[in-house]
Amino acid sequence: MVSGALGKIYHDGEEIIRQGNTGESMYVVQSGRVEVLQRSDNGSEQHLAFLEAGNFFGEMSVFEKEVRSATVRAAGEARVLKIDKKTLLRRIREDPLLAVNLLKTMSHRIRALNVEISRHGDTRL
Amino acid sequence: MGFSSETSIADAFADLGTDSVGESELRDGSRIAVVGGGPSGSFFSYFLLKMAEAIDLELEVDIFEPRSFKYCGPAGCNHCGGIVSESLVQILAAEGIVLPDSVVQRGVESYVVHMDVGDVAIESPVHEMRIAALYRGNGPREGGDTPLESFDDFLQGMAVERGARVVRQLITGVQWQEGMPRLQFADHSARTYDLVTVAAGVNSNFLKLLDDHPAGFQPPKTTRGYICEFRSTEEEILDILGSSVHVFLLDIPRFEFAAIIPKGPFATVVMVGDDLDEELVHAFLNDPVVRRTFPTNAVPCVCSCKPLINLGARKRPYGDRIVLVGDSGVTRLYKDGIGAAFRTGKAAATTAVFHGVSREDFEQHFWPACKRIVNDNAVGRIMFATNAIMKNSRLTRRTMLRMAQKEQDREGARPHMSSLLWNMFTGSAPYTEMFRGTFHPGFIGNLLLSLGSAVLPQRKKPKNANVKSSEA
Repeated sequence: MVSGALGKIYHDGEEIIRQGNTGESMYVVQSGRVEVLQRSDNGSEQHLAFLEAGNFFGEMSVFEKEVRSATVRAAGEARVLKIDKKTLLRRIREDPLLAVNLLKTMSHRIRALNVEISRHGDTRL
Repeated sequence: MGFSSETSIADAFADLGTDSVGESELRDGSRIAVVGGGPSGSFFSYFLLKMAEAIDLELEVDIFEPRSFKYCGPAGCNHCGGIVSESLVQILAAEGIVLPDSVVQRGVESYVVHMDVGDVAIESPVHEMRIAALYRGNGPREGGDTPLESFDDFLQGMAVERGARVVRQLITGVQWQEGMPRLQFADHSARTYDLVTVAAGVNSNFLKLLDDHPAGFQPPKTTRGYICEFRSTEEEILDILGSSVHVFLLDIPRFEFAAIIPKGPFATVVMVGDDLDEELVHAFLNDPVVRRTFPTNAVPCVCSCKPLINLGARKRPYGDRIVLVGDSGVTRLYKDGIGAAFRTGKAAATTAVFHGVSREDFEQHFWPACKRIVNDNAVGRIMFATNAIMKNSRLTRRTMLRMAQKEQDREGARPHMSSLLWNMFTGSAPYTEMFRGTFHPGFIGNLLLSLGSAVLPQRKKPKNANVKSSEA
């Protein structure tokens, strides 16, 4: 991995954001892979997804003042770029079409979640 | 059950596509000529085709670019310092555009300000490499053996992937027939287009072909800059300059500012000044402050040029079926030209796809994006004039240095001066925002305290190893 490249390098298992913490940035994977995990009430961690170059995470904190809903860790060495809330919202105000890119990914995630819920419901039946 | 009277997001997007259906809108098969395949032309083409695809509109886009950015040296060069600002790197990432490692010659995490009274390193507020130092073309003359990839070539590739066609044909004339632009070529052929987007920069002869256009395009005010490429080994450049851009505030007559940017085995010197000539370049390169930072006498200069730099906006960078983006039209004062190319290119593409290509369409939907830059540049002129006054006095140079040093030394200190210098040099924030920051009581208070302490001689050396002072 190039040391002079953009973003910050996270080593295998290193935490990038933690569930329950507050945050005001979203992140875009530049290279490598990160793992999204969610902690359940009994303390165990459930794997939600792997994200690769070009994928983003942490966007919910940009749009609402809630704590992080998941933990994200590097899966192997990963390079991740942080995007400031202020920079992003300023640009969305000038160019609302930028939000479409984010909406598209969020829409995919809701669709995937719906499929997951429906599958879970079927299993219970 | 009731209905909300508020406009939904879906309604808002539906409006985008329907509010201006008329004779000037683009239809399936419409042809667009993009004159210039640099960042503004490529951003325009990329977003135009991306948005057109989203609404099932099929367009034909020809990018006229006689050069190939795969060549190193002047043949593939676009005469630019080659910095992608912190804000643009983030916005590109949010747009899903990840700059490849092969294009980014060095990620920048700090700026070092050099003055005769000392130096101060200003770290990135997030301690992360979010500024990209890169080459617009394929690197300097004699750089053919280095593994460089051109930024302009990368962007052009994105536009081509979306369906644009690169045409290596020289345009010799522009005619208007029944309100439609018709381009004439060196082989005496001609082609009519529905829209011509001019993205040719300020160094192109194409702009002279528009002199007779009824819109009466006034050329923007320009000045000459100086760019020089020094070559060594990657290790030596890294050893001397690190991952920092080095900027110079020196009291040399006619000198505005200069920067040295590390890029792999090269170091790019970018300089701006009044009536820039050999004498001024010589004075800068031989200044002791520059020499102690970079051995300009020992490392060979392999490529240099004096390109024109856009200093102001065209009064009206659009007309019926023609729009000027990037440096050809409106750009940011001294900084973030690539960011301005992105903003104006995307604004022109959005207007063309969702509204139309008439003069009125561009005035209503494209000009506001340009106007924001124009208004911000007006504030930028005040900032640079203030900077010129401050850098010409030893007392104010010491004040700036001490205030920034204190902020960098003290963890948790609010970085008033550091933020101002960071944003001034990186072009990461609008000039208006920087100007507003100078009215913060904390900024004024600390400036006055630093001014007081600058009158007194410095008693101790700074703790931070990154900070040097030549006063002790």
